[in-house]
Amino acid sequence: MKNILLICFKEFKGYFVSPIGYAVMALFGLIFGFGFYTATRDMVQLGFRAQMMGQQQPMSVNEQVIRPLLGFAGTIMLFLIPMITMRLVAEEKRTGTIELLLTSPIRDIEIILGKWLGALLLYMCVLGMSVINIAMLFMWGKPDLKPVLVAYLGLLLQGACLLAIGTFVSTTTRNQIVAGGVTFFVSLLLWLLSWFTAFESTVLSKVINYLSIVTHMENFSKGVVDTKDVVFYLSMIFFSLFLTSRSMESLRWRA
Amino acid sequence: MIKVEGLTKRYARTVAVDNISFEVEKGQIVGFLGPNGAGKTTTMRVLTCFLPPTAGTASVAGFDVLEHPMEVKRRIGYLPETPPLYPEMEVSEYLKFVGQLKGISSADIAKRVDQVVGRCAVGDVRNKLIGKLSKGYRQRVGLAQAIIHNPEVLILDEPTSGLDPKQIIEIRELLKSLAGDHTIILSTHILPEVENSCERVIIINQGKLVAIDSVANLTNRLRGSEAVALEVEAPDGHPDPSEVQQRLEVVSGVSRVVMKDSRNGRLIFEVESLQGRHIRAELARTVVNSGWNLNELRPVGLSLEDIFLQLTATDKGAGGSHAPQEVEGAGK
Repeated sequence: MKNILLICFKEFKGYFVSPIGYAVMALFGLIFGFGFYTATRDMVQLGFRAQMMGQQQPMSVNEQVIRPLLGFAGTIMLFLIPMITMRLVAEEKRTGTIELLLTSPIRDIEIILGKWLGALLLYMCVLGMSVINIAMLFMWGKPDLKPVLVAYLGLLLQGACLLAIGTFVSTTTRNQIVAGGVTFFVSLLLWLLSWFTAFESTVLSKVINYLSIVTHMENFSKGVVDTKDVVFYLSMIFFSLFLTSRSMESLRWRA
Repeated sequence: MIKVEGLTKRYARTVAVDNISFEVEKGQIVGFLGPNGAGKTTTMRVLTCFLPPTAGTASVAGFDVLEHPMEVKRRIGYLPETPPLYPEMEVSEYLKFVGQLKGISSADIAKRVDQVVGRCAVGDVRNKLIGKLSKGYRQRVGLAQAIIHNPEVLILDEPTSGLDPKQIIEIRELLKSLAGDHTIILSTHILPEVENSCERVIIINQGKLVAIDSVANLTNRLRGSEAVALEVEAPDGHPDPSEVQQRLEVVSGVSRVVMKDSRNGRLIFEVESLQGRHIRAELARTVVNSGWNLNELRPVGLSLEDIFLQLTATDKGAGGSHAPQEVEGAGK
């Protein structure tokens, strides 16, 4: 446990010594802020219009602003997560520091978990940027808190899952650009799987649909915690980290 | 302390290390010598549990590298060929990180960092980013990293590469001060390195053990033999180099003949003798009897470098006559 935290904090600190940490947070803040602005503006305009027409339309901040906005946050993360994970192991392989880690009295799994948790910590910071905007809605409105928390839980699980995939990809190459690119396309593929099968109901399409990362996000964004989705994310994380540990082990006989 | 038996490491197509066995006793400094690509790094990587051996066993302090890697890793300090440094960390921060990685408790860590910083003379850069350091400092930080947990065994892969002569001397002094409580294996392809700091030498070439002996014995062996530079000229101006070489090689007592140069019909050879044989008179006679002119005949000193070349040259011609001796040496 001590070793895991040691690696975790080393990675986390490393993000802020290089520009990556700041870049990822700034990019996210900017794009999310833009999304927040348009979503709130549209909602306010819609509210005015409804009032002028004399209609009593039910308005919900949760449904009309927060839900699409947090879905949007997930989409942005799809682009940012490869930037977070690409250096994790690839960089160590390139500079040879992996030799230090692998010849230290520390187990492979501790290295992997440490790196993944370090990345997760940065991811949480990035996600934290959106809290600033969402908090404003709570200051001037009365949205429901619980579905927001559930949506964040979903984003966290989804991010953890993509980060685990990214960590795995990073162990397979010594080139950061390749690691980032492959991670992005794998995540994109998992994201788009639901498109191919939206109107089919064969067993195969159901399986493919199940593997899509977004379909499992839907319930969370509605404010529903379904065990099925939690199990999906946890098993994806477990599976990716398992692949990572296999891949780390293979470094020893391929090196 | 270190015991290697029948160690073999095969990569996809090549055999990097082929059935090597040796033992190193506690407190010794051993030089691991060989040309580039001889298998030095691979052997070291097996000893540090970075690579598993294909066959054979290796153990450090009684712990097998495959069965108890954790125990082995705890007892080993390792400096790879390129020091494993994080350029974005400060020196002291890095040493603290490595120290914790090696299992030093947080109570002792600051003290240990201070000690190794002093010992490796990196005090004046301890708050600098590693990425900004010169090669010499990086190498020393790498060394500091290897000794931070006061390991019983130190494995150093070319510890003096890239250093200036003054720094090399400093590293040598440091290594000598570490010997005694630490067992040290250092690899190098620079020979004076070994002459100066090692008690024993292990020479490998193309993955095979060529010689294992004390430095003193190796130097003695070379004092026993003699090397002669020879300039031969044919009266017709066109001597046949291979014919001359052949005639020289069959002179009794000659172990190795190398053609160094040829210009204007003059051939310059270097001839080495077997141990305790005097060959100059016989060489002169051979040349003259063959109808060539003997322009020059002069003794040259044999250095450890020559011995090394002799031992690691691919066996062909007279060079091979040394081989039985080495096998005998390895058995000691």
